[in-house]
Amino acid sequence: MIPEGLKYSKEHEWVNIEGDTVTIGITDYAQGELGDIVFVELPSVGTKVEYMQPFGTIEAVKAVSDIFSPVTGEIVEVNTALEADAGIVNSDPYGSGWIIKVKIEDGSELDQLLDAAEYQEHIGQN
Amino acid sequence: MNYIPNTNAELQRMLESFGMADFEDLLKNIPGSLRYRHSLNIPSALPEHELVTHLAGMAGENTKYDACFAGAGAYDHFIPAVIGGLVSRPEFMTAYTPYQPEVAQGTLQAIYEFQSMISSLNGMPVTNASMYDGSSALAEAAILASRYTGRNDILVAATVNPHYVETIKTYLSGTNINVLLIPASEGLVDYKVLRSSLNHNTAALIIQSPNFLGLIENIEEVAGDVKACGALLALAYDPISLGVLKTPGEYGADIACAEGQPLGLPLAYGGPYVGLFSVRQDLIRKIPGRLAAKTVDLNNKTGYVLTLQTREQHIRREKATSNICTNQQLCALTAAIYLAVMGKKGIKRVAELCLTKAHYAASEISKISGYQLKFAAPFFKEFVIQTPVSPKKIIAGLSKFNILAGVDLSGFKMGLKGCLMIAVTEKITYNQIDELVFRLSKVK
Repeated sequence: MIPEGLKYSKEHEWVNIEGDTVTIGITDYAQGELGDIVFVELPSVGTKVEYMQPFGTIEAVKAVSDIFSPVTGEIVEVNTALEADAGIVNSDPYGSGWIIKVKIEDGSELDQLLDAAEYQEHIGQN
Repeated sequence: MNYIPNTNAELQRMLESFGMADFEDLLKNIPGSLRYRHSLNIPSALPEHELVTHLAGMAGENTKYDACFAGAGAYDHFIPAVIGGLVSRPEFMTAYTPYQPEVAQGTLQAIYEFQSMISSLNGMPVTNASMYDGSSALAEAAILASRYTGRNDILVAATVNPHYVETIKTYLSGTNINVLLIPASEGLVDYKVLRSSLNHNTAALIIQSPNFLGLIENIEEVAGDVKACGALLALAYDPISLGVLKTPGEYGADIACAEGQPLGLPLAYGGPYVGLFSVRQDLIRKIPGRLAAKTVDLNNKTGYVLTLQTREQHIRREKATSNICTNQQLCALTAAIYLAVMGKKGIKRVAELCLTKAHYAASEISKISGYQLKFAAPFFKEFVIQTPVSPKKIIAGLSKFNILAGVDLSGFKMGLKGCLMIAVTEKITYNQIDELVFRLSKVK
């Protein structure tokens, strides 16, 4: 399940572009690889994030992974619903399981991200 | 008895498999000048009985004190015999790390009980399976605080045990965390300096109460300011003192650490001891070390497991919360048995006895000409006395009467020359205190 219209990073984050603000989450493939997600460590609103630098962590039962920011900018919203139930990332990774919203600084970074077909090819190679 | 499990024939086969005839061939790359070719300078073997006699003779040369008034972080509390009996059971004594819950339920339950009892004692919601000792637990508290707040300055009260301060500094060397010592005034941390030192770089205040000098710090005085500046309050405590004093939980501590030795562990020339490490609930994913939890299995039966292991370095690698992923299990078990044996009432009684006897001792010693209490602040079981004769002389003089008079503070670089620190536990009798007072009055 790789929705068209989103952009993807090689580290398995998706990006939904709405003007100069983007919503970021992890892909269905990523949540499936991690297994039962028990905790998402969220950054606070106002934090600066940098292109392909970690901004938080996702903890599954037997593994923990960094979440990388596919863009540079400032966090304007975090999905606080994940604090109560991180499992939403498993059940609805592209919808209510979104993680942060970022106001981007440099739109050209988006060009370096993959589209759905390219991402499909990327995970096909894994 | 030969403890090398390989037979000569096996060794020979191994050597032949990589084309060597002789064990010496394995070592031929080591320059001859670096090889030690003499026999070791140790006596030859003795029959068991002769060995026991020989060692008993050596042990007999130790000074055995009837009364121990030395403390400074390690205390001679009474240890009920049941502790040795239970701790030395081979199921506990020889058990290795409990990574396989299906064969380690006893050890895991013991950890869980330990954690629960320490949390009941100190009022903190979360306690880990234990650290190596109180000082390294405090160093881990500094690391946690820095990571949690994203700040790099750790303020440490100069009234914290100097050995702990040294350990914290050693532990943090090579990191970008700075240790800033807040000076003392009249035996307590200087609250004015402390307040003016708090700022947006402060990750935590590490403070100890009762402090190294035995005095009770005014934690309430500073807790609000520490929190207001966004820093964490890391409190070091004496577990026995909680029988009568406010708990770290009541003070609103974010992190509470202690040396667990007073809970049933012998002094044993400095160790092994056990570190107690507790935090408030929302810091649970930041703590170092292992954590046991109670759960149910497939058949809904109660069981115990290590939990939240994704913090630890065997899963999280270089991003682990700590490099400590083991615990001081046998000593933690000792503390748990001690607490179970003493119970709520017992801990309270031990604390009351320490408090009462220490205050009797302080007041009697203050009546001797030339001796006076150094500080006016309230104390628990340990106090500092300014002496007319050098503490070194006093300790040497009284050891002839099998009394260990206390700890000489002259060597601690705290500006307390000519000061003797005296600890009084529940083991000390009133007669022994009177004897101490009498002998002190005679030292010239």
